[in-house]
Formats: sequence, C-alpha cells, structure tokens
Amino acid sequence: MDAILAQLLNGLDKGGAYALIALGLTLVFGTLGVVNFAHGALFMLGCFCAVVFRYLLTIETVTVDPTQLSPWGAPVEVRTPLVQSWLGDWGAFLVDYSVPLSVIFAVPVMLVIGIVMERGLIKHFYKRSHAEQILVTFGLAIVLQEIVRSFFGANPVPQPIPADLRVAADVGVWFGMEAYSVTYPTWRLVYLLFSAGVIGAVFAFMRFTTFGMVVRAGMADRETVGILGIDIDRKFTIVFGLAAVVAGVAGAMYTPLLAPNYHIGMDFLVLSFVVVVVGGMGSLPGAVVAGFLLGVLQSFASMNEVTSIFPGIDQIIIYLVAIIILLVRPRGLMGRSGVMES
Amino acid sequence: MTAQAKAVAPDAVPGNIVLHVADVFKNFGGLKALSDIDLQVEEGTTHAIIGPNGAGKSTLLNVIIGRLPPTSGAVVFDGNVLTGMAPHEINQLGISRVFQTPEIFADLSVLNNVMAPAFARRDGAFRVNMFRAVMDEAEIRAEAEGLLREFGLYARREDHAGALSRGDKRRLELAMCLIQRPRLLLLDEPTAGMSRHDTNTTIELLKSIKSRGMTIVIIEHDMHVVFSLADRISVLAQGRLIASGPPQQVKDDPRVKEAYLGVPAE
Amino acid sequence: MFSLSRKDFTLLAVFSVIVMTMPIWLQPLGAAYPGLMQKFVIYAIFAIGFNILFGLTGYLSFGHAAFLGVGSYTAVWSFKLLSMDMIPALFFAVVFAGIFALFIGFFSLRRSGIYFSILTLAFAQMSYSLAYSVLTPITNGETGLLIARDDPRAIDTMLGVGQSASGMPMPSLIGIELGGYGGFYICALVLIACFFLSQKIFASPFGMALRGIKSNPTRMIYTGFNTKPYMLTAFVISGMFAGLAGGLLAVTDPIAGAERMQWTESGNLVLMTILGGVGTLLGPVIGAWVIKYCENIFSAINTQMLNGFFEFLPDGVQSVAVTVMSKFVGEGWHLTLGLVFVLIVVFLPGGLVEGAEKLRHRFRRRSDTYDLAADAQEKRT
Repeated sequence: MDAILAQLLNGLDKGGAYALIALGLTLVFGTLGVVNFAHGALFMLGCFCAVVFRYLLTIETVTVDPTQLSPWGAPVEVRTPLVQSWLGDWGAFLVDYSVPLSVIFAVPVMLVIGIVMERGLIKHFYKRSHAEQILVTFGLAIVLQEIVRSFFGANPVPQPIPADLRVAADVGVWFGMEAYSVTYPTWRLVYLLFSAGVIGAVFAFMRFTTFGMVVRAGMADRETVGILGIDIDRKFTIVFGLAAVVAGVAGAMYTPLLAPNYHIGMDFLVLSFVVVVVGGMGSLPGAVVAGFLLGVLQSFASMNEVTSIFPGIDQIIIYLVAIIILLVRPRGLMGRSGVMES
Repeated sequence: MTAQAKAVAPDAVPGNIVLHVADVFKNFGGLKALSDIDLQVEEGTTHAIIGPNGAGKSTLLNVIIGRLPPTSGAVVFDGNVLTGMAPHEINQLGISRVFQTPEIFADLSVLNNVMAPAFARRDGAFRVNMFRAVMDEAEIRAEAEGLLREFGLYARREDHAGALSRGDKRRLELAMCLIQRPRLLLLDEPTAGMSRHDTNTTIELLKSIKSRGMTIVIIEHDMHVVFSLADRISVLAQGRLIASGPPQQVKDDPRVKEAYLGVPAE
Repeated sequence: MFSLSRKDFTLLAVFSVIVMTMPIWLQPLGAAYPGLMQKFVIYAIFAIGFNILFGLTGYLSFGHAAFLGVGSYTAVWSFKLLSMDMIPALFFAVVFAGIFALFIGFFSLRRSGIYFSILTLAFAQMSYSLAYSVLTPITNGETGLLIARDDPRAIDTMLGVGQSASGMPMPSLIGIELGGYGGFYICALVLIACFFLSQKIFASPFGMALRGIKSNPTRMIYTGFNTKPYMLTAFVISGMFAGLAGGLLAVTDPIAGAERMQWTESGNLVLMTILGGVGTLLGPVIGAWVIKYCENIFSAINTQMLNGFFEFLPDGVQSVAVTVMSKFVGEGWHLTLGLVFVLIVVFLPGGLVEGAEKLRHRFRRRSDTYDLAADAQEKRT
C-alpha cells in the first residue's frame, strides 16, 4: 500500500509537467490547427526564465573587508548579492525563493515570446499543410535551443529549491499511515499543487470568460466562429501566448527537479506529443488526464517488481501505450473522432 | 468475403440485370434515410435516380459503392454482393464512379490522370511494377491519348490536372472512369454547377458514351439532363421509391407530381 | 528492366560523373577527404530512400533514423560473426532494416497524417530507448558496438582468410581492404545504383500510384487501387535504403551506436530532403551534400579565423562582428542550420531544386521570348 502510494506520488509530479505542456500543445492545435513542434522549446525557455531570474537576483557586489584576513594574509572578499545589500533579509529571501518567484518573471516574458512567435511566424502557417507546420516549428525549435546554448552553454544549470522546502513531507501520515512510512520531497508536492492550480486556472479561464467561450467555440467549429465576425485572429494570438505561458511556468517550476539544459525541450516534446495523442488531439481534459495517467504509469513501470518481469518496460511504456491507443482508438481517450484523420 | 457473400445472394439474377439494389434500408440513428429500396438496372440502359433535396439520392449512391453499409438489404452487382466490400474491390468488379465535385489527381499531369486508372484495370488492385516506365506502356498511353482527344483535353495533356477549369476537370474525371471500361458507370450530378452550354456539351458526351452500350446510373437534379438521357427513371422521396419506369410514365405519375409540388422544380 | 528515358539517362550519366569526380571538384572547396566524402555519399543514399516515401506519398516519417541504426548494428554483427567482407554485411543490413520497416510500417500505416508521423516517432524512440537499456547485449549500450580481433567471423575462418598480424581487421570487398578512397568509390557506386533505382521508381506505374495516393487517396481507392500495400511497399523500400546507408556507415567505420537512432537524426534527414527539394530526384542528394558540407565547414570555423576574416574592419566593429558571427559557427552551426531550415520552409517550400527552376524560368522569360515559344512547341510534340 505505501509502496503504491509512493509510486503514485512519484508519477503525479511528472504527470503534472506532462499535463501542462500537453495542455498548451492541444490548445494551440485545437484552436489554431497548428502542430507545434516548438512547444517543447517554449518549456525550455520557461526553464531558462528561472535561470535568468536567479542570475539577475544574484548579481553581486564585491567589497574588500580589511578587518578580516584570509589564512595567507590577504583581505577577504565579501560577495553580497545586490538585492541583499539593498533589501537586507528580504533580499536574501528573494534569492532563496528565486525559482517560485521566477514564475512572476516568466509570465510576461513568455507571453511576449509567444505573441512574437505567433505574429512573426506561426500565423503564416495556418493554411499550410501539417507536414509544413511540423517542419517550420521543428526548425524554430532548433533555432531557439541553439540560441539558448550559445548563452548558457551545453551543461545543465541546476536551480536550488528554497531552503524551507528542502525537507521531505510525511505524506503517509495524511493518509492515516505510520509516521515516515511514505515521505515525499516537498518541492514535488509543491509542483503537483502548482500544476493543479495552473490547470484549474486555464479551465476556469476557458469556461467562465467570454474569451474562453469564443475559443472553445472555435475549437468545436472554426468556420462558424469566423463567420460570426469575431476577430478570431487576435484571439489566436492570445491563445498562443497563453499556451506559451503555461509551458513556460511549467518549465520554470520544474528546474529544481531536473537541471535544465538547452535540449530539455526536445526531450519533453516527444513525450508531450504522445500525451496529446493519448488524450485525444484537441481535447483539453484529455491532455490533462493523459498527462497524469502516463506520468503515473511510467512511475509504476519503473518499480523493481515490474522491471524484473519486463526489463526495460519503464523506458518504453509511454510509447507503447501511445502506439496501442493510436491503433485501437485513434481519437484518443477524449478526442472527437476524425480530427486530423487525413 | 466475396465467396461467402455470393452464397447469400439471391440465386436468380436475370442475365440482363446488372445491378440489383435489393430491399435496402438505411437508418442513421432514428432517421430513416432509405426505406425498402428495390431497384434493378438493366445492362446497357441509362437509369436516372431523381428526387427532391434530402430524398436520399446521395445515401443510395453511397450504399451502392460501399461507402455506407445498408442497415438491411443488399446491393448485388453481377452476382456479387457489394455490401462489406472495400471501395477498390467494388471498382475492380467493374463499377466506376464520377463524383459530385470532381475527384482527380490534381498534382499529376492530365495524361497520367487518365493512365493511372488504366493500370488499375490491367494490373489489378496491387502490383509493384517498378521497372517499366509509365511512358513505355505504349498501349495504355495510346488509349489514354485517344480518349483525351475525344474529350478535347489532348492539348492540355502535359498540364497539371489541378490547373484545369471546373468543366474540364469533370470531363477528365469522366475520361478516367471510361478508360477502365467499366460495366457500370455511376454519375453523381455530373452537371451540377455547370453553365447551360457546358451542360449541353456534357449531355452530348454522355449520349455518345451511352450509345456504345454503357450501363449508366445517374443521379441528377436537372430534369433537362434526365429526360435527355434516361431510359428509366426512379423517383425517390423521403427515402422511399415512389415511382419507377420509362420517362413518360414517370412524368405523368400523380405521386411524382405531388412529391415535386411545393418543391419548385428547375 | 534497365532502360531509362533519354532525359533520365542523361541525368544519370551526369550524376555519375559528378559523384565519381568528387575528389577533384571538392578539392578547391576544401572537402576532398575520403571520410567526409563517404558521409556525403551515404547520407545522400539515406535521403534518396526517405524521399521515396515522403516525396512520393507525402507520408512524413519521423522514425527513419531507427532503420539507419538497425542497418549499422546488423552490419557490425555481420563483421563480428560472419566475415569482414562488406557484401554479407550490406545484404543483412538491408534485409533486417526491411523486416524492421515492415513491422513498423504495418502498424504505422494504419493511420495517416500527423498520427502517422507520431506513430513512427514513437516506434523510433522506443527502439532508441531499448537500444540503450534492455538490448545492451546486442547494442553494447552507450559504448557502441565494436568489432574485436577475436570475434568468431565464421565465414572468414572457414575460408581461411587470415587477419593482418596487428591492428583491427578492416572491412573489405572480396579480399580488398576498404580504406580511404577505396571505401569512397565503393560507396559512390552504391549511391549511383540507388539513384538509378529511384529514377526507375519515379518513372514507373508504381511510382505513379504512390503519387496518386499523395494527390488524392479517395480517387485512388475508387479507381480500384488497394492503397495499403502500395504504402507499405514504399515504406519498406525506403527503410531498406536507410538500412543500406546504415550498413555503409559501418563499412566505412565499423562501429554502431544508438545515438544514430535518436529522433533528432530523423529530423535532420527530413531537413536534408526539404532543403534540396521534396519529391525531386536530385533534391535529396543536394540537400544531404549541402548540409553535410556546411556542417563540416561551419563547425570548423573558430574565433581566430573570424578575427582574421573581419580584420579589415575597425577594431570595435571587428569585435562585435566576430562575437555575433561566432554564435553561428563552430558549436553554434546548428543555429545556422535551424535558421536556414525555417527560411526554406517559409520562402521556398520546394527546396533548392525548385528555387533553381524558378530562377531559370525567370531568367529565360526575360532573356528571350523566342525560347518560350520553342519550349511550348517542344511540349506539344
């Protein structure tokens, strides 16, 4: 029981990341009809928003303290982050919490990136074939990741978890089990709650705002919405920006769990496409359900009990599920039938 | 499938009945699109199916070519039950179809558009013929070129078919069907959206095809076309066959008049 | 069986000359190394095969790198178990890649469009993951599969082919060791044969059927073609070309690693084909050459060379120019590649070949109108 709970939790935070990426991917596909292979790159840019944010916070001043001497007699250099010297303890707190705070930084940045991308490139591809969309966004993804590499190098850039959150949460107790039978890193829990929050926000936005209703109508029937004289173009731009923001914040918050490098996006892209397909192309709830489902499935497949029977199953389970779903039920778990079938 | 289906087929198909739509029902959920349709098409005749909009003409056509399975009943072509067959199998039996909006190979040359169906006729549904060039197939090429001359498309044989006018596309599609020497030609509103002049040209073309003994089933709105061509006419209304017979008889049928009343004819 | 139309024959002759004289004309371009030329030739084969699928049928596979990988592994195993001769190695590489393609194609082709792309992608990623994990006994995991001096090599032992006294055995062709230029010329001959085969397929009724499927699948089935086996045949053929390319990679350098199977490699293949021109005979070859050449040239440029190049500029401007340019070369050459790729898809979806055609037409139209009339005349007859 506790082993199962532990695996479930392990899968859920990863599933949260999959769900968030897939959400944007399917949103863009459902409304704009664009297959965006650069969506992984947006996740990667989100990761580097956190990196940049921390970098900005930790710009230091170097002062020489003549009262203190190092062992070989030279005055000690004291490095203080500027924010800390300006704001004192409050500044130190900012530095410590750079990752969660970077979300605030990532939202406008990703929104701008998304809008620029859509206006500059994607909008020209609404009417072109899916193959061409795949190709151009694949090219764009390469460009974005190479730009990031030229600034940050090829090595992963680890990001710290805020000190207060480095402890493990005793999850077992919440479920009435013995103390410390199931523990779970607090940050993963935070990520899980965060992704649930973002997903909730996106759904609320889609359901309760006029904008969201128009977009949903557009997903169901693009032509009619166009005929109604609604300026669907501007809405598309915002949808794309929104998808970029969701992918970006998913990335920013994920950095402590997996140190980002320039090709982290490509790694996540294939998986999130699989998630979208399993959930059903163009279905928002499908993407979320499939994201968590596959995350959990992957986590269970990596249990020793499973890998001893099917060695390597943890490596391929997601693809296997995707292949089976595509062959047996091409519209996925919750997709409409016939979407993009030739 | 075919062998099994044959066993189910009615034994006595008179020699000159080439297509038999036998007691076909088609329901979409609760909607009865076709009820108890029984139609026989004699070899060498032109059989027109008419009816007001929504009468079920297209559904019937789709049932005949196997795109839609009937809820009950069967379509028998030349002793073969078509129900459950794949479209390419139905074509291989000798049924060619012209679509309402022309379905052609827009990216291929006009000549290749006509040659491709000829290969399907000669080589069957699948054959990897990798080592002979298309252009070396002199016999098929000559046949295709002859047909294009007849259809007035010869001068454009090297052009991409997608560049043709709508009328030319229709004629091309007809040529693509004819080169297969089908035993049954299905035409789905072959003059829809055509000018009077183009319509007349098409009628002349179809008359010449008909005069060669081709069996034709035609679905049409335009009464002018129907009465110029048809040997027999069946009238569909609300998914039922309300009349069937020679043109004059159908014209005088009170039920037909009733069905068309209120639905302004052409 | 071996006949070609006059136009195709001329093209084949010119193509053969161009390929065989590579060591000469690549000299001034600074790329006449056997190792590099082998890459040019092998990736051209890879792209030609991919083009038979993507160019003719329009089905975009994102999993072809897997077939390349299978070809490489099979060839190295043939070197290890059977013989250092390249003939069995290539034979088995093609056969195994073909069987593998048959399997993947059988399932993937049940879907079309984006679903087909994702299925091939999923299959390929699965193979890649397996090669790194469970299949390590076959693939030797991250180290890559290598030949060793004490491999059994049953056929060689049986025939009493001795090994050289020292060093690793080299792949050979009927006893002749394939190093340097020898290896290049063998690969070049294989490329010419592949090009010929692709010409035959393009001109054949089979090729026409594939084009028909791309152009209008509905019309194809109502015309009596069973499209599924056509697609599968095309998929297997193109998988076999990839296997052949993978086998040749192993012939020129007997090592096989899983990184060849990664999906970004498939992406690069797509890139080559698009860059040159999808669906054209020469396009994929040109695309492969341009990309491999640029990779070689751009990735070799360093800051020092840039400094030299921009020396004529004033100091400050020079350093700015060098800093900017250095992002696009060396390690960063992939950035250039990505940019070129985006630009090609946006502005020249037909690739370089179509671009050249357009230029030629524009040039012609301007230069003289008589030519156009003659052209039309020619078309009519």
